[in-house]
Amino acid sequence: MIASARRVRRKWRSNLGWGFAWVATALVLFGLMNMLFTIVSKGLTSFRWNMLTTVTSGIAGGLQNAILGTFELVIISTVIAAPLGILGGVFVSEFAGSRLATVIRFLTEVLSGVPSIVLGYFGYLLMVLQWGWKFSALAGGITLTVIMLPYILRTTEASLLQVPLAQREAAWALGMTKFQAISKVVWRPAAGGMATGVLMAIAIGMGETAPLLYTAGWSTFNPTFKLTHEPVGYLTYVVWTYLDQPYPQARALAYSAAFVLVVIILFIHLVVRTLVWRTSGVRKS
Amino acid sequence: MRKVSSGSKIADRIFKVATGISASSPVLFLAAIAVIVLLQAMPSIVFMGWHFLYGINWDMGNLYGATEVKHGVTAPAGASYGALPFIVGTLASSVIALVIGVPISIFTALILAYKVRGTLRMILSILVELLAGIPSVIFGLWGIVVLAPWVGHKFAPLLTHLGAVLPMFKGPVGTGLGLLTSGIVLALMIVPIITATTRDLLEQVPILYREGGVGLGMTSWEVVRFICLPYIKEGLVGAVALGWGRAMGETMAVLMVSGSAINYLPHNIYSPISTMAAVIADQLDSAMTDATHMAVHALAELALVLMVLTLVTNLVARWLVNRGRSGRGIGAGVKV
Repeated sequence: MIASARRVRRKWRSNLGWGFAWVATALVLFGLMNMLFTIVSKGLTSFRWNMLTTVTSGIAGGLQNAILGTFELVIISTVIAAPLGILGGVFVSEFAGSRLATVIRFLTEVLSGVPSIVLGYFGYLLMVLQWGWKFSALAGGITLTVIMLPYILRTTEASLLQVPLAQREAAWALGMTKFQAISKVVWRPAAGGMATGVLMAIAIGMGETAPLLYTAGWSTFNPTFKLTHEPVGYLTYVVWTYLDQPYPQARALAYSAAFVLVVIILFIHLVVRTLVWRTSGVRKS
Repeated sequence: MRKVSSGSKIADRIFKVATGISASSPVLFLAAIAVIVLLQAMPSIVFMGWHFLYGINWDMGNLYGATEVKHGVTAPAGASYGALPFIVGTLASSVIALVIGVPISIFTALILAYKVRGTLRMILSILVELLAGIPSVIFGLWGIVVLAPWVGHKFAPLLTHLGAVLPMFKGPVGTGLGLLTSGIVLALMIVPIITATTRDLLEQVPILYREGGVGLGMTSWEVVRFICLPYIKEGLVGAVALGWGRAMGETMAVLMVSGSAINYLPHNIYSPISTMAAVIADQLDSAMTDATHMAVHALAELALVLMVLTLVTNLVARWLVNRGRSGRGIGAGVKV
């Protein structure tokens, strides 16, 4: 009798534990859904298509300058971060000895742990003040590079490590140098992973605010091709500043900026998912 | 045997050097950041000494009056930089985030690792990953529009009933912008990191161990409680530290919902606060008006303190996670 009472108690405790676990999962999903729902519903009611073609003026106007500015910043940082990250990942996975690889991997992780506002302040101190670039696209782009670089490097290395050694050996056996082996053979199976890494890094870069406050500044004009001495606008800045304004038009602009941002980021995530799904599907068949 | 042409040999050499340079770039960036921030913080370190860490007044002094010289550096008269409220704000908000976020993350990771499979598992994993990819201003916007009013009107008045037991829950409740709301937003931001790491760790628990537990007549919960969680203990601590580092360094979301208090130590869990990261972002405009640049140097010192704090937690975290990943594999013996 006592034993069975204990069994019942243990069973209930087990149910209780898993019950808590399900509640926690539901809570996380509820938070995510609530957030997405808030952004989409606020965004749909305040978004106007002509916001895409007009620039911000005063407390209202459009988002064209911010959208183009975001793209300019992300393009600059990708142009720098993607080659550095991919080549760096190739070095860590193909050339470095295990000790050196561990050191680089570790320091890269440390770099990705530096708070983004510290990176922004570093960019401000070095590029904006010391080098006299003022608030500019290049200063913002280079600061974003520091955020994207560790991510690209790590994903490149991880996807190259997935390539079996036998493929490299086959290439070497044909008399290829390491460079030829990498550029003709090894990169192919890893290409999907590398592309995923770069895309995710772009999504991260688009959503950043803190590193840009101090380096890119803010401008209500469309970006020009002048890289220094000219501030540039970006979407996250609109979300942050215009939300605090007491005017409904300003808040509508902030909601629309958040909406556009979320749509772009969701789209990138979707592309990444399809890419992952397709490459893993190919491997299976 | 085919000879390798000298051209391709040179190409090989160039490629290797290029990759080596690229691989060293994160290291160079890291060194440059440390050096620049430290150099720029020096005047403020000299000016304020240890007082920077325990003073509670952040005052740029009279920017339009005379300057004073102290310890050989020039600053506006009356300038004083004490960062204690921001250090306290950073630690308090991140600890609240951990108290809320860690149990939720572990529970969610248990569900993801053991309770769902197939399509449902994939969808849930993607959603958790999506949460990690949402920009921090979006979290901040949600915090202002949805969370802060809810905390201010519903949740906080409910919590004040706990004030009889724990004095930090006593009112007044305020507007909803403050420590508690910052903690909740941060919790939601660190959940995906801790969940993903914990799930990976849980998946590495050898299935024979779990089967052994079941064979002894344990309930599935007891297997988790007495076998799986102890097995991943070290890695779990590392995952938590990883989330902690992230919570301390988070800027925008906290800046938007913290209430931006200055020269003020929080006296209950609803008080407006400010964190180190938020202050750096918030004070730029005023710092630029200081002709002696002391305000810029003081912010640099704040950045330095923040960087050291997050680096230490990150280093400990990486070390623990890696040890949890590799060290236990040997002892486990059987891999299924």
